[in-house]
Amino acid sequence: MSVQKTALAASLVAATLQASVAFGAEKIIRIDGSSTVFPVTEAVAEEFQKAKRGEIKVTVGISGTGGGFKKFCRGETDISNASRPILEAEMKACAEGGIKYIELPVAFDALTVVVNPKNDWANEMTVAELKKMWEPDAQGKITNWNQVSPRFPDRPLKLAGPGADSGTFDYFTEAVVGKAKSSRGDYLASEDDNVLVQFVSADVGALGYFGMAYYLENKNRLKAVKIKKDEASPAIEPSVETVNKGVYVPLSRPIFIYVNADAAEKRPEVREFVEFYLKNGGKLAKEVGYVDLPATAYELAMKNFKARKLGTAFGGKPEVGVTVEELLKREGKL
Amino acid sequence: MAQTALDEQRKTASSEGGKSALLQLRQGIVRRRRWDLFFAAVGFVATMVGVVTLVVLFIDLILDGYEHVLRKEFYFNFPSRRPSEAGIYSSWVGTALVMLVTFVAAAPLGVAAAVYLEEYAPKNWLTELIEINVTNLAAVPSIVYGLLALGLFVYILNFGQSILTAGLTLALMILPVIIVATRESLRSIPVHIREAAFACGATRWQVVKDHLLPYASGGILTGVIIGMARAIGETAPVITIGALTFIAFLPPIPFQNGAGAFEWLFSPFTVLPIQMFNWLSRPQPAFHDLAAGVGIVIIVATLLMNGFAIWLRYRIRQKLTW
Repeated sequence: MSVQKTALAASLVAATLQASVAFGAEKIIRIDGSSTVFPVTEAVAEEFQKAKRGEIKVTVGISGTGGGFKKFCRGETDISNASRPILEAEMKACAEGGIKYIELPVAFDALTVVVNPKNDWANEMTVAELKKMWEPDAQGKITNWNQVSPRFPDRPLKLAGPGADSGTFDYFTEAVVGKAKSSRGDYLASEDDNVLVQFVSADVGALGYFGMAYYLENKNRLKAVKIKKDEASPAIEPSVETVNKGVYVPLSRPIFIYVNADAAEKRPEVREFVEFYLKNGGKLAKEVGYVDLPATAYELAMKNFKARKLGTAFGGKPEVGVTVEELLKREGKL
Repeated sequence: MAQTALDEQRKTASSEGGKSALLQLRQGIVRRRRWDLFFAAVGFVATMVGVVTLVVLFIDLILDGYEHVLRKEFYFNFPSRRPSEAGIYSSWVGTALVMLVTFVAAAPLGVAAAVYLEEYAPKNWLTELIEINVTNLAAVPSIVYGLLALGLFVYILNFGQSILTAGLTLALMILPVIIVATRESLRSIPVHIREAAFACGATRWQVVKDHLLPYASGGILTGVIIGMARAIGETAPVITIGALTFIAFLPPIPFQNGAGAFEWLFSPFTVLPIQMFNWLSRPQPAFHDLAAGVGIVIIVATLLMNGFAIWLRYRIRQKLTW
């Protein structure tokens, strides 16, 4: 059996060498990474391929931000989707692989915590209070508003949120509880946001969370809770403006694409795709339920891209409360 | 049977004239029959738990997805951000091509290995070791094959994240299934057929070629197709080796637009289970219906393959004469 396999492998290797020559001629832009950024990149890829009438092929995979960077730093992909900035370890991996990159924010991902419009006590909440409500330890124990904070009345607390499969769930648990997917399980879980809206709008003691775009469409039936990062911070109302400014934290974050600088330099199709992304990404991001960046940010990003400004503005550590424009003006670090 | 026994017992009982003994006997029989009935009921429930669950799931899937399955565009549209325009063109073509590679790679290798192990291999510790391993391999989780393939095919042999890699990975995965099935069906051939052929002066290869393989072909095909049916729904190894999620083009058609005969083997691809998984993880319910549609397509494909296997076996058995 092993002899046969070796023979097969050998003949196939020969075939690969033949094929890879022809393969290089084909124009394929390879993208991989975060599932959060995926819908935006997918929409852009779809439109781009339509605009190019199939002349340029784009593939988009989902292997998570971390998995995406692994492939990116080995040079297997041209563009990496990332729902957080590149981390130190990944910067090192890219440096070892000889990969230089351009960091470009493309949209905002934002969540809204909502309560019933008749709820007059929870106009604003701190992240710590949210954590007390949602952490795994709260399961079966925190069932009344007054257990969360003495300033809340004696009312049964009814929670609703997305199911464990959703990226929104990952993001909320990460931002609030501190660890992705770490949440209590005894709440109304539904992947259908309509169910959540229905639930919260029908019960005075209810609280739920979901993507901000969905709150904006149901403003008349829900009340958004203003979020305080900690006791000392001001309470911030979720809105396109506060998200744009980067002050609605930690429930909003910019999402990025990382472009291989060599590919951008040497391959016109990659260049074209990124420019198409920055021109149409905002509109398409809104269409798939994300908040777009301010127009100036896209212009700045375009400028940075055309100047091939290398590296990350974060220095390997995630950071909250910076506006996208500020980020784009910073020195890059590879 | 029980009745005659009862009659005999009754005769003995009445001849002895012990009425209470008869009563005891009857009670015993009633009790045993009750147990019999009880076990039948337990067995029936056990059977139904599986069947009913499956049927309910399938009906639920059909209710969600039947509209899409009936639309022609569903099969000839690429995936899209708009559910109304989204289809499974790239994923069903991907699945079909991956299955083709799997079949071409796994069937000859598996059958040859099984024939060797069953008919040629000397019985020694090495053969024993191989046999134990083949049987064990059938139980190895599929993700392990994915990891193996990532190292071997993608990085060492440099096949890339291609149809070829996926096909070979799944071929490796179903190889034990084919080997075991082939050996079983070779073993079920009566020894006297081999002996008769040898007695006529046939070589071992002639025996295999003219007698054993034709007779075993029904069982072999069943094994191959069951293996393929397992491979068609497999997601874990295909994700590991890097099947893509959004892909809006088909692999190059051989000899068209300057493509070579085998270029499609190295094309990026996606498959049905991955498309289904992706749509399921979307928040919009319209995408969940699309996912249900894909589910129906996969189940129907599996059923068709299994049905084909049964039909083939039947046909081959009927044609078989010595």
